[in-house]
Amino acid sequence: MIVETGHFALALALALSLVQMVMPVWAARSGDPALRQTTSQAALGAFACVLFAFAALTYAHVTSDFSVQNVVENSHTQKPLIYKFSGVWGNHEGSMLLWVLILTLFGACVAGARNSVPPRLRANTLGVQGLITFVFVLFIITTSNPFSRVVPAPLEGRDLNPLLQDPGLAIHPPLLYLGYVGFSISFAFAAAALIEGRIDAVWARAVRPWTLTAWCFLTLGIAMGSYWAYYELGWGGWWFWDPVENASLMPWIAGTALLHSTVVMEKRDALKVWTVLLAILSFSLSLVGTFIVRSGVLTSVHSFATDPTRGVFILAILVLFIGGSLTLFAWRAPLLRQGGLFAPISREGALVLNNLFLVAACATVFVGTLYPLLLEMLTGDKITVGPPFFNATFVPLAIPLLLIVPFGQSLAWKRGDLLAASQRLFFALGLALATGLAVLAMTWGGPVMAPVGVGLGAYLLIGSAMEIVSRARGYGARRTRSVGTIARRAFGLPRSAWGTALAHAGVGVVVIGIAAQGWAAEGLASVNPGQSLSVGPYVATLDRVAPRQGPNYEEAGAFLTVRDRAGNEVGQVETGRRFYPSRQMTVTESGLLTRGFSQVYASLGEAGKDGSIGLRLYYKPLVLLIWLGAVVMALGGALSLTDRRMRVGAPAKAKARPATSGVVPAE
Amino acid sequence: MTRKKRRLILITVCGSVLALAVGLILFAMSGSIVFFRSPSEIEAQAIPAGTRLRLGGLVQDGSLKRGAGQVIDFAVTDHGATIAVQYTGLLPDLFREGQGVVAEGVLEPGNRFKADTVLAKHDESYMPREVADALKKQGRWQEGGPQAAGSSASAGGTLGPRSER
Repeated sequence: MIVETGHFALALALALSLVQMVMPVWAARSGDPALRQTTSQAALGAFACVLFAFAALTYAHVTSDFSVQNVVENSHTQKPLIYKFSGVWGNHEGSMLLWVLILTLFGACVAGARNSVPPRLRANTLGVQGLITFVFVLFIITTSNPFSRVVPAPLEGRDLNPLLQDPGLAIHPPLLYLGYVGFSISFAFAAAALIEGRIDAVWARAVRPWTLTAWCFLTLGIAMGSYWAYYELGWGGWWFWDPVENASLMPWIAGTALLHSTVVMEKRDALKVWTVLLAILSFSLSLVGTFIVRSGVLTSVHSFATDPTRGVFILAILVLFIGGSLTLFAWRAPLLRQGGLFAPISREGALVLNNLFLVAACATVFVGTLYPLLLEMLTGDKITVGPPFFNATFVPLAIPLLLIVPFGQSLAWKRGDLLAASQRLFFALGLALATGLAVLAMTWGGPVMAPVGVGLGAYLLIGSAMEIVSRARGYGARRTRSVGTIARRAFGLPRSAWGTALAHAGVGVVVIGIAAQGWAAEGLASVNPGQSLSVGPYVATLDRVAPRQGPNYEEAGAFLTVRDRAGNEVGQVETGRRFYPSRQMTVTESGLLTRGFSQVYASLGEAGKDGSIGLRLYYKPLVLLIWLGAVVMALGGALSLTDRRMRVGAPAKAKARPATSGVVPAE
Repeated sequence: MTRKKRRLILITVCGSVLALAVGLILFAMSGSIVFFRSPSEIEAQAIPAGTRLRLGGLVQDGSLKRGAGQVIDFAVTDHGATIAVQYTGLLPDLFREGQGVVAEGVLEPGNRFKADTVLAKHDESYMPREVADALKKQGRWQEGGPQAAGSSASAGGTLGPRSER
């Protein structure tokens, strides 16, 4: 019964999203603000309906209702409770429902944000958002209904793919979707601005918090996915340049560019058309990502099932939104009043350069990801574009980008002074160079690029710190040498300044983590209990191999003791191979020993006839910095979000407090 | 600085970054793409030794041999031709005789294949797409019956073979 009600709620959401889409158009034609108000209510209603539908599906999963097809295929009575929850989105239908849930959640948030968004812009944005919701709910209802029943109901389900039975995977999709779908708001804002033919600093201020929120979640989602691949797939790599990974990286890069260009628009009223284009691109790339992952054109752990009708439907959605928005852009963008040109040596000039490099890097990833698909379609040749391609294209574009980060930070708006900025950065550059050289000397004979990378990371870290210090120290007449004053001023700096510095420092941390992988070591052997294998500065001894029984699997566990070269015990690692009888599938569980930011990584192979087992051991120095850096970046973004500028909306609002109810005079 | 000069600088910078990106892509494309080949294609096309390839097909029954030091020998077949593969390392969890596999590595003289990466499926009921296509070309594959191509035990568990949705 609950399941049918959930299905009905989804249909109701479809109707409400239609209302949400049509109302702003009607309001614009009749000039009745009350109609515009209906848009917000429809958005809230659609959210409530989808939430109910999602809750109904979750209920079916948690109670193991095997009369529902979706539950049969992805659940099992013995499955731990947390995976009964995460199993809801661990399949195609459920994950699309989660996608729409987040879409409507953002819609409801925009509807609720009365203060920060002017009413007409809000209504138009919600209208575009309504169109997106409508199309995706239609997609779910017609091609991927999660509520379809099976008669007769089987006694037991087929269980979730064991690779997905992992806490990392429980939170990775929601985070990633919050990012992907969050860009739909920026997209809707851009489309609304194009429809209205008007865009200004108020628009930039309204759209920035949404972009920033989406960006933070996407950053965390990508980092989480990367960490999952690292420990679950058992290959010890943290990024494979796999098309599915690239699909999430592309919107992230475009979103990063968008974040920076909205800053220019907000402060200098320039780069308007470009910003609108970036907003369209970010969401379009999110859609391309959804298409790549969901349509089954690629084989990966993410393509749960392939069904040609779904692929065609998603492709149609892609054409509708990307083609439609670009057409709208071509038609309406000339109406937007162009901002002025500005001096090349200035903060905005540096941000333009940042945008150029980001977009170029994004384009290389795009070519590398889609070229094989295109070539196969045209010629039938099957090729793979692997890490060597991306290392040769993405990395050379990323390095100059990272080098200009602190420069851009220390240039003034309007007219910067490159010489003065270089002098200020002289200290950071010198210190970073010294760090790189020191590391090179300590690891003499090792890889050369690793110390270079560490130096670059240090440069970013020091540059970020310098930015806060020099802002606190003040310029010209306000300049002070008193440490107390500097500390007090630093404390009083806007949170967005701290957020920026933190996010850039996070990039530095990631760079150091990546660079340190140049020193990673790997060992492989078949070992009997009592034998050892050495890797990097550690030696691991196999103590014993013992079977274990899990809730829905049997495990052959291997227990290792790790010692350093001097023979002192460092810790214990256990790794195993789990056999899931319900799917007849074996999965390797890697074992990790964390020492500071470095890890020893063990993964188990098959047992040989003589009782030995295959053992692979990695030493991963400072590997945790890669993901911690991403978390720092997201924290920086979150800190920026709490800035006063973000909370206080349109400038007129403060005086108009007695009037309340968000009626800002329309122009 | 005049308006004209500013615009010129902007266009120059945009152009050079774009040119850099295009140049890098073209450079990398010429050197680092890897073609997918089935055993029959390798046999038929006389591909020079030393070429980096992705080889896909089924692991031939009874061909898997584990040597000392995790050196593994097996053969990949599409029932038209068979290529011997050598790999050093741990095989993926879903690697089984009779099932689909993709190996990336270098072709050696005498059509022996030295793999440095072996990929198997993520899920028991799906074949790597390239392998499915290559087998279809050979007429060895029936749509909707992934187990039909292999000879391994029924992997559907208690519910029988898992159907394609």
